[in-house]
Amino acid sequence: MLEVKGLKKVYRSGSREVEALRDLTFTVDNGDLVCLVGPSGCGKTTLLRCISGLLEPTSGDVKVNGKAVAGPPPGMAVVFQEYGRSLFPWMSVRDNVELPLKQKKVSKPRRAELVEEALDAVGLTGTETAYPWQLSGGMQQRVAIARAVAYEPETLLMDEPFAAVDAQTRADLEDLVRKLWQRLKVTVLFVTHDIDEAVYLGRRVVMLSSSPTVVQDELVIDLPAERDQLHTRADPRFIELRTRVYEQIQLAKKAAAK
Amino acid sequence: MTVARRLLFAAALPVVLFVGWWVLSADSESFYSPPLSEILTAFGNTWTLAAIKAEVVPSLLRLFAGYLLASIAGVGLGLAIGLNRRLRATLEPVLEFFRAIPPPVLVPVIMLFAGIGDGMKVIVIVFGCVWPILLNTVEGVRAVDSVVLETARSYRVTGTARLTKVILPSAGPQIVTGLRQALSIAIILMVISEMFAASNGLGFTIVQFQRSFAIPEMWSGIILLGLLGFALSLLFRLAEKRVLRWYEGLREAQRRAG
Amino acid sequence: MTSVRRGNPAWLGHPAFLGSAGLAGLLLLIELLPRLGVVDEQYLPPTSAILAALADEAGTGQFWISLKDTLVAWGWGLFIAVAAGVLAGILIGSVPVLRELTASTIEFLRPIPSVALIPLAVLLFGTEIGSTLLLVCYAAFWQVLVQVLYGVADVDPVAYETARSYRFSGWARIRYVLWPTALPYVFTGVRLAASVALILAITAELVIGSPGLGKDIAIAQASQAVPTMYALIVVTGVLGVLINLLARTGERRLLAWHQSVRGEVAV
Repeated sequence: MLEVKGLKKVYRSGSREVEALRDLTFTVDNGDLVCLVGPSGCGKTTLLRCISGLLEPTSGDVKVNGKAVAGPPPGMAVVFQEYGRSLFPWMSVRDNVELPLKQKKVSKPRRAELVEEALDAVGLTGTETAYPWQLSGGMQQRVAIARAVAYEPETLLMDEPFAAVDAQTRADLEDLVRKLWQRLKVTVLFVTHDIDEAVYLGRRVVMLSSSPTVVQDELVIDLPAERDQLHTRADPRFIELRTRVYEQIQLAKKAAAK
Repeated sequence: MTVARRLLFAAALPVVLFVGWWVLSADSESFYSPPLSEILTAFGNTWTLAAIKAEVVPSLLRLFAGYLLASIAGVGLGLAIGLNRRLRATLEPVLEFFRAIPPPVLVPVIMLFAGIGDGMKVIVIVFGCVWPILLNTVEGVRAVDSVVLETARSYRVTGTARLTKVILPSAGPQIVTGLRQALSIAIILMVISEMFAASNGLGFTIVQFQRSFAIPEMWSGIILLGLLGFALSLLFRLAEKRVLRWYEGLREAQRRAG
Repeated sequence: MTSVRRGNPAWLGHPAFLGSAGLAGLLLLIELLPRLGVVDEQYLPPTSAILAALADEAGTGQFWISLKDTLVAWGWGLFIAVAAGVLAGILIGSVPVLRELTASTIEFLRPIPSVALIPLAVLLFGTEIGSTLLLVCYAAFWQVLVQVLYGVADVDPVAYETARSYRFSGWARIRYVLWPTALPYVFTGVRLAASVALILAITAELVIGSPGLGKDIAIAQASQAVPTMYALIVVTGVLGVLINLLARTGERRLLAWHQSVRGEVAV
């Protein structure tokens, strides 16, 4: 279980202080898929960096399975928005996926197996020896997802992973994330600014206010587990839910404007 | 363009220049520019295998020893300084100053400490060409993409692997730029240090020819030095192409993307 | 983390302060090493002795004449190299046939170490300033030429086609399309050439004995005037830093109109 309690982050530079996160509390149950959605500039990335242990919060704490996070916790994988920069251009696809496993001291035969399975799972079999920059943007993000999957994480954090790919690729990748989540039974925390994406993907949606950020509202997405781009998005319930989320976000923006 | 055409274009001007030199200098009475035929004969007579072994090989050994030591020291110190923000800020002006000193003035200084033996020449080369390597490594390490570093951190890539698999390759292109600058400085210093004080070596021999007015031989020495410079830069370029293949590809991909 | 920050004033971590501290540390180290007997004073005199020698030098007319000689050789050599490099670069770069024809020759001539020409310079000009000029021009010329060639190659084909379709004359094409594109590269070339020119000027004076700071260094060395030698070396280093600084700020100023000062092409 992932617990975020009273999280606060204030950036300091000289005498200036910027309060990015004010007071955030929410939990993600094991095996759940939760989407965090909020207006742009609401500190989503700051929050994710605190959860992944890349950034130290000013106060409050983050716990993974009861253990406080101080530095990147084991068993957690992150998929960054900037796939082009997060994949190492000097390594082949295989080496990119394999490097974290080497660090985890996974045996060589097991590594080969994991890499192959992961690349297969994201539909990239046969690209092992290519360099990331030889692939399209969507394929690069698939490699980043494969790297996370091969790591066999308990928790998967995704920071607006599809913000920089085109709409059709994005739809494919969304379905891929749903499929992997169902198959691997990992806990997924997915950050996005796209309301439709959040409702389509999540089992729960946590809405954030504008900066300084608090949790605005939470919503259980009671859509059927089997979703597809065509029918789910046309489902009246889907439209109802996305309207609810949309209203909350608008409210958050208005509150910020005051 | 066909291969034949390319060959023709590549060879045309050098052939014209060569023939031009040959014809124009054929009846030359000038003491300083003897006929090319005479220079070439002198070349054959002067640079026999024995002479190469006695004069050129020692020069090259000093060059390689100095260059290698400078590379190791430059990259090693550059990594240490580049990874530490405060250390970098403290040392940068000092290093910029050392880089700005014209390397050949180091020859008289180092002669004070190390006499005029092989050691002096190697130390001169090390001191002269360590700065571009060092400063470029510092710059390369400083400029490592923050997303790359965060990716490495979140996948718990630490210690040696972080250094050798993430930071060094990422700084690679910049380090190679420093190594390339250092190579031409190393050649200059090899020659200069031998002109100053030596009993053998290419620089020494050429100056001897000049002082004894053995003009065709002097010319042949200049030509040999030119060939050497060309061959070394060619070798460097081949090595660079191999090591930085990923970088070339990445840049090409970025250029195409616009 | 935060408590440590609060304990120290912010200026302690400022790069300018740290940098000055680094320089001060170097001066102190050079003062202490010979004083404590770690290094023989005859090899490395303490900072105070070097500074005293520098003050002495600055009081002599010879020093200023040498400084002027070095700067004159540097300036003229750079000027000739830039003029020749830009002209040759634009000519070669804008005529595709010439470009193809000269590529192999340039690739061959460029890496020839300029110091190979020292004996030739001595025979032609003896210890006159011409020797220095020859080496400076040769070394600086390639820096400029190569950058200009990169610059001309960087001309946007669409811009070039546009100019052609509007029937621009050859001169207008160079003036309005080629030159603006190549300009940032020309500046980079000039900046690189400026440092190389200084190195070669000092080197020529040092090795050949043509007038200038390099020659004075050689004289100081020969007459065992070690502090003076160090003082003169410091002067060359300061010159190098100043030239670098000047070239960099000049480049930034003059290119402020350009959308971005491009990354330099590594050569």
